[in-house]
Amino acid sequence: MLSFLARRIITVFIPTLLGISILVFGAMRQIPGDFVDVLIGVGPDVSEQQREDIARSYGLDKPLPVQYVLWLGNVLQGDMGTSLRSGKPVASEIIGRLPVTLELAGLATIASLVLAIPAGIVSALRRGRMSDSVLRLVALVGLSVPNFLIATMLVLFVSTKWSFFPTTGFVPITEGIGANLKSLVLPTLALGALLAASVMRMTRSSVLEELGKEYLTVARAKGLAERAIVLRHAVRNALVPVITVVGIQTGYMLGGTVIIEQIFAIPGIGRLALDAVNQRDYPLVQGTTLFIAAAFVLMNLVTDVIYSVVDPRIRVKG
Amino acid sequence: MAEERVAPLVISRRQGFLITFVQRNHIASVAASILVLIVVSAIIAPVLAPGDPVDMSPIDRLKSPADAGYLGTDAFGRDILSRILYGARISLGVGVVSVLAAAAVGTLIGLVSGYLGGWQEYLTMRLMDVLFSFPSILLAILIVSIWGAGFSSIVLAIALVQTPIFARIVRASTLSLKEMEYVHAAKTAGASTWRILSRHVLPNVAAPILVQLALSMSGAVVLEAALSYLGLGAVPPTPSLGSMLSENRSAMEIAPWTVLYPGIALAILVLCINMLGDALRDFLDPRLRTAMSP
Repeated sequence: MLSFLARRIITVFIPTLLGISILVFGAMRQIPGDFVDVLIGVGPDVSEQQREDIARSYGLDKPLPVQYVLWLGNVLQGDMGTSLRSGKPVASEIIGRLPVTLELAGLATIASLVLAIPAGIVSALRRGRMSDSVLRLVALVGLSVPNFLIATMLVLFVSTKWSFFPTTGFVPITEGIGANLKSLVLPTLALGALLAASVMRMTRSSVLEELGKEYLTVARAKGLAERAIVLRHAVRNALVPVITVVGIQTGYMLGGTVIIEQIFAIPGIGRLALDAVNQRDYPLVQGTTLFIAAAFVLMNLVTDVIYSVVDPRIRVKG
Repeated sequence: MAEERVAPLVISRRQGFLITFVQRNHIASVAASILVLIVVSAIIAPVLAPGDPVDMSPIDRLKSPADAGYLGTDAFGRDILSRILYGARISLGVGVVSVLAAAAVGTLIGLVSGYLGGWQEYLTMRLMDVLFSFPSILLAILIVSIWGAGFSSIVLAIALVQTPIFARIVRASTLSLKEMEYVHAAKTAGASTWRILSRHVLPNVAAPILVQLALSMSGAVVLEAALSYLGLGAVPPTPSLGSMLSENRSAMEIAPWTVLYPGIALAILVLCINMLGDALRDFLDPRLRTAMSP
């Protein structure tokens, strides 16, 4: 197990992270205009001497590969520079916004799994019937309709017909967990729809595949109740491939938070990244993209590890 | 399910691919027909559109479909139907350009790295992993922050996101195809690498590429709409299905048609592409046919 983990980390995790950091670093050096102007932002008048000092303090007088190594060293120590707008360290801006995004993504994941796994099982067991067709259609719509459209339609419906849930704004958890959760209901639904639809489809096809296997015939032959056969044998095995879908889709959900947080005015990392682009706050753009991409890669690693724990055959194949 | 037989995919020469597909997939054929209708109306939008998609007309602002005819007007008095038609043009245009670019580059990378192997393969595939590990919106944000909002930025962003998917699919098929006897035979007969790849390997990876083209197309349409929704894509007053949803948000409670119809148009477009893609996949991959379709 440990050697599998180590192998994954060395061959995939670290090279990918390094690649991401090179890409983000390189992208920031492509910004039109002088990098010192970018760092200073618009406004303050600075003398030539000050500009040179700034350039030197950022190591801009050194060759690009050296700059990269210095920059990476700082990032690894948690120093991602200072936000041009707020003047606060980028790292603390990100950490300040992290809990909100984690809560939103966590709620969306839990809600999706609770709804989608039973729906997938029911759909597989009632294959070809009316309920199966309806569930599959709902899943196809969930896959096809983009999250911001679902969000818009939810807001439209709630604001005109049923004003129980707030359609915008976020209530921090410090102001009461009830109000906090209530303000997250619509964002959770919009964000979780894609995950729910993919999990439901995967569960359905995976359960169907298991149901056709020979070991279930053996279970039936030895007289097990159908209920036990389905729940204890078929579903348990069928959920293994579902883990991968959950892992990958939860990673993509991080991208989805950008748009959902914008729609519902939720102060999370996604909104931080988008605001950073709109305000040309380059250190913040760099920090947030690097952070979200790293979280995504970490999520994939965790998925691989969970998968190999559940299905040991993976470890041998590598 | 084990006793269920997989219907063999026999495409008779006389019937051809299209007719066999239509005979087996009625719903997907309907989706394909709607899609053709959308594509044609988008192409001839200047002829079909009842009004100008960009010109503002303050007298006509926020007229309901009942008052204004067609699908109503937005807060600037612009005809919603006309904007939807022109918006679909942009969705499809951005989608086709970016997906074709991604497919061309991705296929080339997949073929070459799968066939040749070695450290070049390791490096390219790691690069693909890196691109793949950026959530698409994030990559777009990075690109837009450098080159500014606009279609060239989002076409590049969408193409970059889609390229690794094609590269992986093609590489995986190439890896197994290059061990096939007919490939060895071609090599023995003195065929050049280029000839083997283009004449013997590529035709056999065409099916998965075709399926992925459809799936990528729906992803591209959604991403264009999402980026335009965020103000990173279409620059006002250019109509895009995504930007129509966000620019009419403040008016939506008194004039629901301003977001409802663009939303429905976008949903139908993506749904049709997805249904077609799903049907193509089931149709071309017999292994999936038992598990995925009823």
